[in-house]
Amino acid sequence: MSQLTEHIDTKFDVLYLRSQFPVLNQEINGKKLIYFDNAATTQKPERVINAISAYYSEYNANIHRGLHSLAERATAAYENTRLTIKEFIHADEVEEVIFTSGTTESINLVSNAFGRKFLDPGDEVIISELEHHSNIVPWQMICQERGAKLKAIPIDGKGDLNIDAFKNLLTEKTKIVAVNHVSNSLGTINPVKEIIQIAHETGAVVLIDGAQASAHLDIDVQELDCDFYAFSAHKLYGPTGVGVLYGKRKLLESMDPYQGGGEMIKEVTIAKTTYSDIPYKFEAGTPNIADVVAFNEAINFVKGLGPKSNILRYEHSLLDFATEKLKEIPGLTIIGEANKKIGVISFIVDGLHHFDIGMMLDAKGIAVRTGHHCTQPLMESCGIDGTVRVSFSIYNTLEEVSIFVESLRQIVEKWR
Amino acid sequence: MEIKENNPSTLTQIQDEIIEEFSFLGDDRESTIFYIMELGQKLPMLDEKYKVEQNIIKGCQSKVWLHADLEGDRIIYQADSNTEITKGLISLLIRVLSGQNIDSILNAELYFIEKIGMGQIIGSQRSNGLVAMIKQMKLYALAYKSKLS
Repeated sequence: MSQLTEHIDTKFDVLYLRSQFPVLNQEINGKKLIYFDNAATTQKPERVINAISAYYSEYNANIHRGLHSLAERATAAYENTRLTIKEFIHADEVEEVIFTSGTTESINLVSNAFGRKFLDPGDEVIISELEHHSNIVPWQMICQERGAKLKAIPIDGKGDLNIDAFKNLLTEKTKIVAVNHVSNSLGTINPVKEIIQIAHETGAVVLIDGAQASAHLDIDVQELDCDFYAFSAHKLYGPTGVGVLYGKRKLLESMDPYQGGGEMIKEVTIAKTTYSDIPYKFEAGTPNIADVVAFNEAINFVKGLGPKSNILRYEHSLLDFATEKLKEIPGLTIIGEANKKIGVISFIVDGLHHFDIGMMLDAKGIAVRTGHHCTQPLMESCGIDGTVRVSFSIYNTLEEVSIFVESLRQIVEKWR
Repeated sequence: MEIKENNPSTLTQIQDEIIEEFSFLGDDRESTIFYIMELGQKLPMLDEKYKVEQNIIKGCQSKVWLHADLEGDRIIYQADSNTEITKGLISLLIRVLSGQNIDSILNAELYFIEKIGMGQIIGSQRSNGLVAMIKQMKLYALAYKSKLS
């Protein structure tokens, strides 16, 4: 235990935190569940689950145009989440916060609505080798449609973006730079502020995919000066099916709607439609009201944890301990040891396939992710076809890390 | 590979044997997975010349190479995979189907898969892969049948 306690550096009570997550209190295959797949989705605290239930039990109604009391209450709750998010990401105006179905839709919204209007043949879009497929494929699609060229910033051997190469890729033809704040596969925290600054010098617009950052890092869109910032509720202790697109007012106003339908119109005649103002212009149809309402509780839960630096410090204690212990396992190689990381470790074991490791860990009650993690170009650049990925959250403990490392050691000793 | 007697109950007998073996493992998923992996380790090596693109089964998450030879009216299957679990799964299919005559393979009802609760053991993704393996094994049988007729 002495080895464990010396790593503990936390200002919050992890056992109390765990008690707020009902799903954690269960056994898998007769073993206590250890959930290390938080980069895929985080678990939900009781207050989020209760908020969904309360919405449907007490004030379910379609929002915005209803005159009745239930509709008023539902609208107020929905718009309250928008306000909470505005504060959470330090946006200048609440209208700059658009609800989507997730990070993927947020990026598709920009690639379609911005790309279709402002990308001309011969223009360039820059992404990076670290990107999730959801920040690659939408850009491939729009580049193909508009005759634009897609380029990728390479990474170095540690999993950091090569900023000098980025500078060389940038030209006056670069219209959009789209990179993630944090890599989902390797955990690399990218120097997005620097990237944004460099991109702005040539006049490019920058989208940050914040899916993996929002639960771990402070998000200040004004300080970053990003043009767009996309993230999902479900990786931030909130429900699935809700995401956010932040965009600077001027840019959002310059873009045409992404989808047509109810909610996004001012006036419709058979001949012509005039559109609503932002954010409604980009929120066609009845939105995911219940989950947006519950998302508010997720953000309040995170706020209740104190500054994000506390969260990151605790998760780093798990990361450092796990990294140190994993390196002692023979044949194990950690993929991605960037200078700045969140609590994500990708690794391979010589002579053992990642799928086999994942299955055997699951049999021991330990949930990890295996495969290419929707980052095939990254895997290709690392010369591998996949990894085992463990990703930590605030409710994970050093004891869990110990059990995981010991279980893995047994698996490797038996099967390698 | 041993050629089996021309006995119509063979397929059933082998499947029942497998069901019995797995019943000893009970509900312990870890032991079951270890057992499947051990079966995978015992799968005879596939000659490197058969590890070619055209022998890769499509629809499997892991890489699976399947080769089939005709001996008389019977088919001998050989396979390999880059994961031990998948090798174990295909070794079970080979145990049941390899050495059987073409018609038995085409008509085979592989009830052992459900009986041993394979779906729960391996999950939905791998179950799809297992279906793809069976389909490919039957396609080989169909191809040889058309060739012989």
